[in-house]
Amino acid sequence: MKVALLPEGLRSRLQQRVEEASGQNVLACYQCGKCSAGCPVAGVMDLLPNQVIRLVQLGLVEEALTSQTIWYCAACLTCAARCPKGVDLPRVMEALRELAMERSGDHLPPDRLPAEALAEWPQQAVIGGFRKYTW
Amino acid sequence: MQNMEALPYFPGCTLKQRAAGLDRSARDVFSALGSPLAELPGWNCCGATFPLTVENLLDLTGPARILASARAEGTRLAVACAACYNVLRRTNHLLRTDADKREKVCLFIESEYDGDLEVVHLLELLHREIGYGHVRQALRRPLEGLRVAAYYGCLLLRPAVEVGFDDPEDPVLLDQLLAAAGAAPVSYPHRGECCGGYLAVRSEEAALEASKRVLTAVSAAGADVVVTSCPLCQYNLDRRQGIIARQEAGFRPVPVLYFTQLLGLALGADGEGYRLDEHYVDPRPLLRERGLADV
Repeated sequence: MKVALLPEGLRSRLQQRVEEASGQNVLACYQCGKCSAGCPVAGVMDLLPNQVIRLVQLGLVEEALTSQTIWYCAACLTCAARCPKGVDLPRVMEALRELAMERSGDHLPPDRLPAEALAEWPQQAVIGGFRKYTW
Repeated sequence: MQNMEALPYFPGCTLKQRAAGLDRSARDVFSALGSPLAELPGWNCCGATFPLTVENLLDLTGPARILASARAEGTRLAVACAACYNVLRRTNHLLRTDADKREKVCLFIESEYDGDLEVVHLLELLHREIGYGHVRQALRRPLEGLRVAAYYGCLLLRPAVEVGFDDPEDPVLLDQLLAAAGAAPVSYPHRGECCGGYLAVRSEEAALEASKRVLTAVSAAGADVVVTSCPLCQYNLDRRQGIIARQEAGFRPVPVLYFTQLLGLALGADGEGYRLDEHYVDPRPLLRERGLADV
């Protein structure tokens, strides 16, 4: 990916909003990659978890918002438990999901869920899905 | 400890629907051990996930209301579902440690609550209070040599500071309980890693990615059965085995049971209401073969 770093992006309003909403200091991350190494769904992500936080560090929040990775994070907290810098990355992912849905509305509108799946999924999955994919 | 008073118990939505077998078997286990579970009156959904953005107080009101109403019943609340346990423990921790948020949430739910309820998982109660010795004495059909893969998943273990259940990287409570019931726990990797959670709602591919890693390890370890405490883990690990068996020639399907189903049968329950016929990998042939159930 080719990116342009601009001074105004490095401490942008959007980046501050991610930090405020998540309660995390994204600059604490020193890119060791432990989050990505242990992530159980890294194999289907377009960007690795450490790449998402790198984008936020660089003020490239727009790029992070268009990544599929923020929707693949199931908040299992394996990365947060192992981060040597104490960054709670699932909180950053949730802040990014909220920002994305604030702009574009529901990521997965409830009326698009198939009736047969709703009958099959545990209630816990449906409610969890609503919480993470609807605004 | 024996003959404790009835314990206030929170079943949660899934245990009233898809995971009714977990609810029924949990009640069987605690009745058999002399500490019957008493369902909390007028409970509501916990929300299934803990909100991760700092100003999202609205999603805390559901679990906070549960905690406040449980406090009116006693000082402890027993929980069977790993997700409800996680949400209630984390909400309780937050309300206990953040006075400002506690005040706002309590205003909204119109209740006084200061975070002094203890939320306990059934596995903790079996370990700390009932005791494995008592479990062993109460066995009617020991799980003699049954090779069990104890699966912990995420929600019992993380974040460790808030849920305080077991070692997040090397949990043992479920293995120890099953060993006390006569089973032979197998060692395998990924026991505390994600099954895919609610990801299937959006992406079957992502859910398969997570559950396949766990299941191939379980199958390779030669386990007879996977044991879990979470309805979503049970579903994810059970549902995907047919797909994996079609993809991987050497994959051997393994039934997935709730720890309470296995323990209930070992304590002499007849399996009525366990909904064993609703599992995707049918556990009944194994249970019949081992003399654990006539179902």
